[in-house]
Amino acid sequence: MTGLRGEAAIVGIAELPAEKRQSTPPSFTLDQYARLAKMVIDDAGVKPDVVNGLSCHGIAESDMFAPATLSEYLGLPLDFGDRVDLGGATAAGMVWRAAAAVELGLCEAVLAVVPGSTEIPRSESRPGRTLGWYGASSNNYGSPQAEFEIPYGNVGQNGPYAQIAQRYAAEFGYDAAALARIAVHQRQNASAHPGAVFHGKPITVDDVLNSPVIADPIHMLETVMRVQGGAGVLIANADVAQRSRHRPVRIKGFGEHIRFKTPTYADDLIRTPIARAAERAFAMAGLQRSDIDVASIYDCYTITVLMTLEDAGFCAKGQGMAWLTEHDLTFRGDFPVNTAGGQLSFGQAGMAGGMHHVVDGARQVMGRSGDAQVVDCNTAFVTGNGGIMSEQVALILVGGR
Amino acid sequence: MSACAKSNRPDVTTPLPEPTPVSQPFWEALRQHRVLIQYSPSSDRYVFYPRTLAPGTLANDLEWREIDGAGSLYTYTVARRPTGPPWADKLPQLLAVVEWDVGPRVSTELVDVEPEDIRIGMRVTPVFCDMRDAGITLLRYRPADV
Repeated sequence: MTGLRGEAAIVGIAELPAEKRQSTPPSFTLDQYARLAKMVIDDAGVKPDVVNGLSCHGIAESDMFAPATLSEYLGLPLDFGDRVDLGGATAAGMVWRAAAAVELGLCEAVLAVVPGSTEIPRSESRPGRTLGWYGASSNNYGSPQAEFEIPYGNVGQNGPYAQIAQRYAAEFGYDAAALARIAVHQRQNASAHPGAVFHGKPITVDDVLNSPVIADPIHMLETVMRVQGGAGVLIANADVAQRSRHRPVRIKGFGEHIRFKTPTYADDLIRTPIARAAERAFAMAGLQRSDIDVASIYDCYTITVLMTLEDAGFCAKGQGMAWLTEHDLTFRGDFPVNTAGGQLSFGQAGMAGGMHHVVDGARQVMGRSGDAQVVDCNTAFVTGNGGIMSEQVALILVGGR
Repeated sequence: MSACAKSNRPDVTTPLPEPTPVSQPFWEALRQHRVLIQYSPSSDRYVFYPRTLAPGTLANDLEWREIDGAGSLYTYTVARRPTGPPWADKLPQLLAVVEWDVGPRVSTELVDVEPEDIRIGMRVTPVFCDMRDAGITLLRYRPADV
């Protein structure tokens, strides 16, 4: 099949420590972009002027013209400017788009950074932006969600993810303790990763099962905690990778699949878009599931991890609960998942939550995961997940040099 | 019937649907306690929610057809924490997806049922909840009499 040749590589990474309350002063997203850009460029050990591509999500200070505004602010002319709108799959979506732009020869190095702090300076003369409770749903006139979802309380993430879990249970059965192991193992990983918000706070399966039920069958400790943070990577061609400081992490395969917005309209709620995305990613990379050394799986809820492991082909469909009881997902285990804690235990820094997984995978392949380093880690499987398992991206990262 | 009483109190914070030029026939039918959805003859398929062109084929042949609204429960959850401020004093929320016998699925809420009696796959029947001050009728569901 056609696809990436694997020449573009992640050469620099950055991730701010997750904080429940931010220790630094409020900062505009423009400034957050700038700081994260400097971090990934410095991390790669290259000069800012190698950057001539940018993939971004959006800017709180400006609803439109995000790439141009950032190009101007950073003083970096761009031959490729991109804005990706894939929710929690945005970061993974940025990475393959950047890799494609690099392989096409459009640019030498592409910034893909995602601010994750809501602590933004407030105007004294203009009223503050009120944060709505509509979450990923739009209450604008004419929006399908405004008309057919929100009036029935079908809004936010907890309800629809719980509906997915209930449907899974009806078809395949449900083992709450098995699922809780995901949260427990990721908490162990967080205990080896100092930047995680739950560093040094281990939990047990009983803790998970005794935490309050938010929406049947999802417990509080199976949901993410919002934190302040931010993360990003620099993607570059082979010449820049050659000059950069760390082991390049090649983007060898990807797949993207978008299916619906609201799960009510999914043709099959429990067979998720990652199945097709992962199949394409592995075919493109020419690798098998057994070649993967570490997986960083988008984990807004434990059920998301389970269904992703099944649908991406790491275990048989419907067998995930049993599979979980037989495998150790910690960085020391036989199937390391979310070795920096994942969003469940590192924390979810808003839109930067998806970038957490890209950085986690790249950091492992670079061999820079410190106490949580997986031995001889050369390949990483990374997923992004937007909406309610409605738009998903798979990446396969392979170490160079 | 008291099925709607719990949640049809006029409440400024509860967001109600605002019919659009595209969806008007659906909401108008609900006001008359009828369920009217779209059907595409060229693909022999019912369509929900209302659109201008048929999904998939983009055929310009959508027509309105009345259905009986009967279906089965595709999935649900019992929300123990409110999904938004308007539901803070209306817990638990019985958030449901119903699959109509004619095909499409619809988001709804269950009424007249205890959480422990809900089963995926059970037969459900429409409950038309008039939001009288707003001139809107919501389509909720209850277990069918068997």
